[in-house]
Amino acid sequence: MKNKYDVIVIGGGPAGSVAAKFASENGASVLLLERDREAGIPVRCAEGVSLKGIAPFIEIDKRWIAAQIDVATLFAPNGESAKMHNNGTGLVLERRIFDTALCEEAVKFGVEFVTKADAIDLTWKNGKISGVKINYLNEILEIECDVVIGADGVESRVGRWAGIKTNVALKDIDTCIQYTLSGIDIEENACEFYFGRDVSPGGYVWVFPKNKNTANVGIGLAGHFSHAKGPKKFLDEFIQKRFPNGQKIYTVCGGVTTADTLPEIVHDNIMLVGDAARQVNPITGGGIVQGMIAGSIAGKVAAEAVQKKKFNKKFLKKYRKEWDKKIGNNQKVMYKIKEKVLEMGDEKFNSLVKICQNIPADKFTVKALFSEAVKDDPRLVLEIAKTFVKSKLKLK
Amino acid sequence: MKIIKNLCDICGTCVAVCPADAIIVSEFEVVINNQKCTNCSNCLKVCPIKAIKEGE
Ligand SMILES: Cc1cc2nc3c(=O)[nH]c(=O)nc-3n(C[C@H](O)[C@H](O)[C@H](O)COP(=O)(O)OP(=O)(O)OC[C@H]3O[C@@H](n4cnc5c(N)ncnc54)[C@H](O)[C@@H]3O)c2cc1C
Repeated sequence: MKNKYDVIVIGGGPAGSVAAKFASENGASVLLLERDREAGIPVRCAEGVSLKGIAPFIEIDKRWIAAQIDVATLFAPNGESAKMHNNGTGLVLERRIFDTALCEEAVKFGVEFVTKADAIDLTWKNGKISGVKINYLNEILEIECDVVIGADGVESRVGRWAGIKTNVALKDIDTCIQYTLSGIDIEENACEFYFGRDVSPGGYVWVFPKNKNTANVGIGLAGHFSHAKGPKKFLDEFIQKRFPNGQKIYTVCGGVTTADTLPEIVHDNIMLVGDAARQVNPITGGGIVQGMIAGSIAGKVAAEAVQKKKFNKKFLKKYRKEWDKKIGNNQKVMYKIKEKVLEMGDEKFNSLVKICQNIPADKFTVKALFSEAVKDDPRLVLEIAKTFVKSKLKLK
Repeated sequence: MKIIKNLCDICGTCVAVCPADAIIVSEFEVVINNQKCTNCSNCLKVCPIKAIKEGE
């Protein structure tokens, strides 16, 4: 480690490693800090992504692909189901290997990467952020930089240190438990989603196969519905019914924000990316690809800032602008749909799945499903239609 | 609020809902600073494994 870099990225998850790579590739000197012994562990994730989403960022490698998904089945509270086909374009990852592969990719492009390095504060000079204070193997070090990129996950504190409000409301976070269940018998290429007040209030249960006998089986409950019972009891009840012989070979807790992107994700000398900026799809809870996209934009803007020696908020806002254009505006609409979904009762879910049964399996998407959910809100429907036209996504 | 140390999975979900910046996560533990805590109990409600209880 040197004592000064152009850019310091805090957090070695998908958002951070991609941000570091793009900053370095575009000419900045970059230090990437990871608190744990390696990036990607513990795996707090169901590991589902779309092939199309990750392909721009890393060469596809079998080492980190557990399963390819052809079908998703949605289960209504009344037990009825509808199938969506996606022809192998969904992947279940091995995130432990995937996250490390992304870090290796960053290193290939000149990033300096340090594990066991816990960022504990920012340093300031003349009222401006001047670097990062870290606890590295029990030694406190101060390293200078011009730009900090906070990629420190759902538990993010980097933004708070910079005076950015990053906390979310209870209804805008899902509280999750997941088991990797083994000793079960499932279709390797099919994932399952279960909805309903009795199954998972304000969220859903997922089954993402890793192979014929093993799957990530998890639950997310909307935070404000969680308190009385908690996600573990709901999930255990589900597993008792669906996989009574499943053995829990991995247990993990976690939180997924289902919020809009934070109002502020840049300040002078600092940008937030990924979960730290709440850049998660509020409907699916998917944040891997969104984090990588945000990282790529922020990394590039950071390098440009270094080149032009412009580190103020005004310049770094370029990142915000591009984020909104690419994903942020879409996330905003998804957030509004989510708000509606939170109010939905079981009846509504039942009728939704019923509608979906009538759509040919290869013609509908999760987005289409939830667009159905908001049909009775004409303003929202219009807004959704606009975003989908903009992002060239088809509704049905 | 108080962390039940041998139950906590160090997932950091509590930090995301804390309006007072009273919770710190490291590789090894989660710590609640009761000087800053406003007892809003968001963390207690959101904890996936109920590893937070009231009290200091
Ligand atoms: C149960 C569950 C299931 C999920 N399922 C999916 C899914 O199927 N598909 C999907 O796309 N998304 C899923 N997500 C969301 C996804 O895991 C996250 O959106 C994604 O990991 C975000 O990437 P990130 O780089 O922003 O943060 P993270 O992957 O959380 O990485 C942050 C990194 O920063 C490090 N760090 C934190 N603080 C510091 C510090 N002070 N100093 C140094 N390092 C620090 C952490 O150790 C960590 O390695 C799921 C989440 C959960 C909880």
